[in-house]
Amino acid sequence: MSLKIGVPSKGRLMEKTFDWFGARGVTMSRSGDEREYSGRVDGVDGVQLVLLSAGEIPRELAAGRIHLGVTGTDLIREKLADWPEQVAEVAPLGFGFADLIIAVPNCWIDVDTLDDLDAVAAQFRARHGQRLRIATKYHRLVRDFLREAGVAEYSLVDSQGATEGTVRNLTAEAIADITSSGETLRANHLKILSDGLILRSQAELFAARAADWSPANRTILSALTARLGLTTPSLP
Amino acid sequence: MPISPAARAEAARLFAAFQEAGAQPIEADILQPADTLLDLYGEDIRGRAYVTWDPLRGEMMLRPDFTVPVVQMHMAHGADPARYCYMGEVFRRQDHAGPRASEYLQVGYEVFAREAPETVEAEVFALFDDLLAPLRLRTAMGDIGLLMAAVEGLTATPRRKAALMRHIWRPRRFRALLDRYSGCTPAPAARIKLLEKLATGTPADLMAAAGPQIGLREPWEIAERAAALLEDAAAPAIPAREADLIDDLLRLSAPAPEALERLMDLGVDMPAIRPAVERLAQRLEALERAGVWLSQVTFEPNHGRSLLEYYDGFVFSFHSDRPGLPPVATGGRYDALTRVLGQGREIPAVGGIIRPGVVATLKEARA
Repeated sequence: MSLKIGVPSKGRLMEKTFDWFGARGVTMSRSGDEREYSGRVDGVDGVQLVLLSAGEIPRELAAGRIHLGVTGTDLIREKLADWPEQVAEVAPLGFGFADLIIAVPNCWIDVDTLDDLDAVAAQFRARHGQRLRIATKYHRLVRDFLREAGVAEYSLVDSQGATEGTVRNLTAEAIADITSSGETLRANHLKILSDGLILRSQAELFAARAADWSPANRTILSALTARLGLTTPSLP
Repeated sequence: MPISPAARAEAARLFAAFQEAGAQPIEADILQPADTLLDLYGEDIRGRAYVTWDPLRGEMMLRPDFTVPVVQMHMAHGADPARYCYMGEVFRRQDHAGPRASEYLQVGYEVFAREAPETVEAEVFALFDDLLAPLRLRTAMGDIGLLMAAVEGLTATPRRKAALMRHIWRPRRFRALLDRYSGCTPAPAARIKLLEKLATGTPADLMAAAGPQIGLREPWEIAERAAALLEDAAAPAIPAREADLIDDLLRLSAPAPEALERLMDLGVDMPAIRPAVERLAQRLEALERAGVWLSQVTFEPNHGRSLLEYYDGFVFSFHSDRPGLPPVATGGRYDALTRVLGQGREIPAVGGIIRPGVVATLKEARA
């Protein structure tokens, strides 16, 4: 038996994850060629490293094909319905901080809050005959947030990248996206609504409720969490 | 879970009863163009319907209800007046695990008629009431038109009335706006700051200082709303007495005959609702003539506000006391929907649906 842990397969998220585990005595490393997506875990027995795209880790956790996974809070909440039913939070990892926010053009001097956005949506529809478009890839989170806030008459348009450019390119009137420093927003002449923070996200270690939690796997999990100095999550 | 044979049999029985009542049976496509539904219901429908893609027709939805296709079909080539009935699956995406079905049967009855609106409303309700009578359900009625009339009658700027009207179907937002407009809650700090900023210069200057003009929203639109904000800040509050009356209206819940009495009393202080109360009186008379036992029906002006926003007058629902079950039947008047879909033409419409699956479940429990 082995316990599978899913980790982002490239970039800063992978490096920081490796650093985080390394600092706690669990060494993760990629084996062989840099292009080969396989790796190993030393410092605790029975743990198998699975390198995955960060965006696919929520799905793999939900299906129980991996036992543990490192991914962003934002992705878990966007991609999994009733997420607490599907995964348990094991530990926030203290990196990969990003805020999911709603931003509008700087030149909208009449807009500061969601109330304003709602009023502008009504005005925009009356003047332009179409709904105010908000570009995002976080459809579920944004829709739930705006429904809670009572914002009406907008529509979401899908944007999988360069979302900050959509307003200038006239494919959206506002955006909802992840930002860490706000620099890209500023460079694209956008400002964050003062009550437009949807979610504070960071990299987190999750456990899959649907994974095979045999006694052997539970023993490995306990050894791993003990090594990492974490409490073992309660799992079915 | 597949639809049970009992639910199918119940659907067939109700469908036959609707035809016997004079309705013409009709079919509707399961795949509906998404843009019409999105334009009507907004982004919320995307969270509640299954969206799919067709390489020829673009974005499509599995029909979340029959109302839109039925109205479209009627507007395209319907007789006047007309009665339709239909039976089939509808599809509702569920974002949370639970007892709510994502695929279930609906059997519906819709009337398009210009004459005698109250009589038509009574006809629809009495038919449902009769078919569901053996189940001894709780029945509730409302009338969105009362609240609309009350808002129209407020001492408030047209802009404030329009904002309240727009949020009639979002009760919490409506409440927040009314509290703010009537001075019950102060303007939020962010708004005060924004107003202070707007007072420091002309919109043109402020926009120039804010950076380049980007996006489809034009400078004149921004300037127009900036002026509207300042104007709104200077507008007098809605008198507390009037806001209290709206509260009284929304809190009202009583057997229909008693509710009518209380609404007539309210009409003394709220003359704006009198025509709507008069229509209610006529509707109740028509219901009585149709044999509905009114003292068993709860009337609430608040009823139907959290449904999808197309009912704009009379609304009704039938519920069982069993927890976890959705309403057995819902319906109401949706004139505004025909106006939107009719592109200039309109026809008054009333109708409703029964969920035969729920009827079957209740019958099994009683057997």
